Amino acid sequence: MTKVSMTVNGKAASGDAEGRTLLSSFLREELGFTGTHVGCDTSQCGACVVHVNGVAVKSCTMLAVEAEGAEVATIEGQAAPDGTLNTIQQAFQDHHGLQCGFCTPGMVMSTAALLKENPKPSEQEIREYLEGNICRCTGYHNIVKAIMAASGQDVSAIAAE
Amino acid sequence: MPKDTGIGASPKRREDVRFLTGTGNYTDDINLNGQAYVHFLRSDMAHARINSIDTAAASAMPGVVRIFTGADFEGVGGIPCGWQITDKHGEAMQEPAHPVLAQGKARYVGDAIAAVVADTAEQARDAAEAIELDMEELPAVIDMKAAVQEGATKVHDDLTSNLCYDWGFVEENKPAVEEAFANAAHVTTLELVNNRLVANPMEPRVAVGDFNRATGDSTLYTTSQNPHVIRLLMGAFVLGIPEHKLRVIAPDVGGGFGTKIFHYAEEAFCTFAAKALNRAVKWTSSRSEAFISDAHGRDHVSTIQLALDADNNFTALRTDTYANMGAYLSTFAPSVPTWLHGTLMAGNYKTPLIYVNVKAVFTNTVPVDAYRGAGRPEATYQLERVIDKAARELGVDPVALRRQNFITEFPYATPVAVEYDTGDYNATMDKLEEIADISGFAARRAASEAKGKVRGLGVNCYIEACGIAPSNLVGQLGARAGLYESATVRVNATGGLVVMTGSHSHGQGHETSFPQVIAEMIGIDESMVEIVHGDTANTPMGMGTYGSRSLAVGGSAMVRATEKIIAKAKKIAAHILEASDADIELKDGQFSVAGTDKSLAWGDVTLAAYVPHNYPLEDIEPGLEETAFYDPANFTYPSGAYACEVELDPETGKVSIERFAAADDFGNVVNPMIVEGQVHGGIGQGIGQALLEAAVYNDEGQLLSASYMDYAMPRADDLPFYQVDHSCQTPCTHNPLGVKGCGEAGAIGSPPAVVNAVVDALQSMGKDITHVDMPLSPARVWSAMHE
Repeated sequence: MTKVSMTVNGKAASGDAEGRTLLSSFLREELGFTGTHVGCDTSQCGACVVHVNGVAVKSCTMLAVEAEGAEVATIEGQAAPDGTLNTIQQAFQDHHGLQCGFCTPGMVMSTAALLKENPKPSEQEIREYLEGNICRCTGYHNIVKAIMAASGQDVSAIAAE
Repeated sequence: MPKDTGIGASPKRREDVRFLTGTGNYTDDINLNGQAYVHFLRSDMAHARINSIDTAAASAMPGVVRIFTGADFEGVGGIPCGWQITDKHGEAMQEPAHPVLAQGKARYVGDAIAAVVADTAEQARDAAEAIELDMEELPAVIDMKAAVQEGATKVHDDLTSNLCYDWGFVEENKPAVEEAFANAAHVTTLELVNNRLVANPMEPRVAVGDFNRATGDSTLYTTSQNPHVIRLLMGAFVLGIPEHKLRVIAPDVGGGFGTKIFHYAEEAFCTFAAKALNRAVKWTSSRSEAFISDAHGRDHVSTIQLALDADNNFTALRTDTYANMGAYLSTFAPSVPTWLHGTLMAGNYKTPLIYVNVKAVFTNTVPVDAYRGAGRPEATYQLERVIDKAARELGVDPVALRRQNFITEFPYATPVAVEYDTGDYNATMDKLEEIADISGFAARRAASEAKGKVRGLGVNCYIEACGIAPSNLVGQLGARAGLYESATVRVNATGGLVVMTGSHSHGQGHETSFPQVIAEMIGIDESMVEIVHGDTANTPMGMGTYGSRSLAVGGSAMVRATEKIIAKAKKIAAHILEASDADIELKDGQFSVAGTDKSLAWGDVTLAAYVPHNYPLEDIEPGLEETAFYDPANFTYPSGAYACEVELDPETGKVSIERFAAADDFGNVVNPMIVEGQVHGGIGQGIGQALLEAAVYNDEGQLLSASYMDYAMPRADDLPFYQVDHSCQTPCTHNPLGVKGCGEAGAIGSPPAVVNAVVDALQSMGKDITHVDMPLSPARVWSAMHE
């Protein structure tokens, strides 16, 4: 076991990890950030996306020990301290961009990364960016719409949510 | 103006806040003090004799608590099947034993042979690798038609063959159907495969068993669509735990799509082991494990024939289907190809004579059971494909042929045992033609051709039977359960309400939509109503959520309970207002005496119920809490018409969905936003089936598509925006809300639209192609183009 320390959502956090412990398991099991979800074991589904030093990472592709000293952001840190949803979260709620909620943390974290590098993505750019995030409930219609809305685009011409 | 509250409004979902902030409570988020972890050692052979299991070395590994094998479960019941089919000779289906851990033989890749319980999940996994298995590989039966040949290897030695049942429906109709075919002016025949799928809710299954030695109570946390059903099946048939000593909790569940209906061995194991070890035991499925242990869906091979007269009227239909059961009977598996499939073969059409034959077959594959739509997509696919083929053979417009044969008068009794209460198939087709802009197709086709692509249009209808189902009817059909639903409505002294429902939400948004109904009935704000579900300890016995039944059946139970509440509240109000019960009216949360200005607020009456100082105690009890069990009088029959436009790339065979439109009739709609979301998701899964998804076994019984690297899940860039409409509404006549259910429609209606569109595109290239089996991968479409 190795002691691993990092900053999660701006606060210091540390715990024990084996060499093989994935960052996703470390966040969930050791630190209690259960908002990060694990939906597959081949790094395909994207439910576990977090930001490590400002970059979107599938936390199942990274060892906990590799995140030693890193700044990690998870879904738990996205809303304001008073609970107010951020723009992306609010757009997902407004446009019914989630159903069962399991893929949602990864979708929100991937969207944040997308909008950081491309503040006004087209429909096609959004769809291509979400290649690595699988949702089984929504058929993606309202997710894409929510992301367009979150980036300030007029979505009124897109069929109702 | 759209409403902003009550029935017909689209309030934002209240459950979203916890899901968007990472504060949901899924089963894998639950960790109990001192819990141990189980890892299942699963067979990597499809069919093998287990000669010996040596656990000595593994037991000595760090952290191992105990290793269980089939021998530990010899005195324990097997996993029960909840539906018995009677075959065409009047005999009961063949029903094999289904042990919690394999006994003597492994029968599919994924069959659990041993279970290692250890202090950590990693220790359990490590120790499982140290178990020494002596397995003798046996020939595997994978192909259904080969499995029922004389002399085929048997999946179960104690059964007479691999045939579970040979079902004929309606057997008495068969001679008349044969005669109609003999006299037909035209017969269209189509052989097709309904591809085997894996449901793939994004949350893998999880079970946590717990036991309290002081009370003798067992608790199971599980990813289930129906916790009461699990409590009954596991308690009564597997572990022998009475229901008052067993609590089943299904908290936030990350999608179900049918595959979380069933009672699985892992649930029984964790509950059993927690008691044996006096320690909580947790199992979290990996995705790889889910592919070989979650029940699969579909997997039918069918031949369908449609007979028409000289005027193109449908005169008869017959279909022969082989339906894969896998190696064991999952909970509702036998009902899917029979009563959820055969009864839908009339579709939207007045075909007078229908005969359905289904042979259900055991193979050395994962058990197959209900997946979104369950039987109804298989029926719709056959029917809507054969009609399309018939139209092309006859040189008539596929939409016109459908319209000519539509059922137009209701109620309508089909020749396959069900009675449709309402519907207007021309109205949904009219709406579809409008929203899909069918008249603009020729121009879009020309535009596609101009850029070197080939465009096709596919249109089809669907009908489904939802709101499952009248208990007395399903009992006659072999169900070993009732299919009512329950609700307890508890009104608090200060006027707020809690509804405890047997329905379960795993994405459907009941916490938002159910309060809309009560708010409408009483005239109060939705925020005064809270929904409790998913825990057998605090909800009445319910049958759970599947078959698009939550609002139609569970919602109806809630309405009935609320009606009782209102009736009692009116008595209280009448007493206080010194009026007759019959003169009390409830509107906008106020009780008033008709024709007077005397009134009393909702909260005054609820307070009086719990502070009964001025109260008719001689007539009624204090308190305001009522329960109702609602058993539907009939199925509901949502219907609709779907259109898909595809573009084929002649260079690669890749199909892209350019437009998709759905016009549905769900009867009344409580929350349009949620309804449309359900249709979007269903269409996404239906397009997934049509273009991408396939659970593929090789001849040795290895599942080749057993991860997201190999099983092609639909991704955002595989799908378009959809045009959906539910403005055609013929309300259900037999439930109090007039609702029909919307959860499965998209998955039922969309696969034939996609395939019809691709065939249309291929024919427009001058190819004599009448069918391509799903999934329509680039390789298959390219091959069809170059035949």
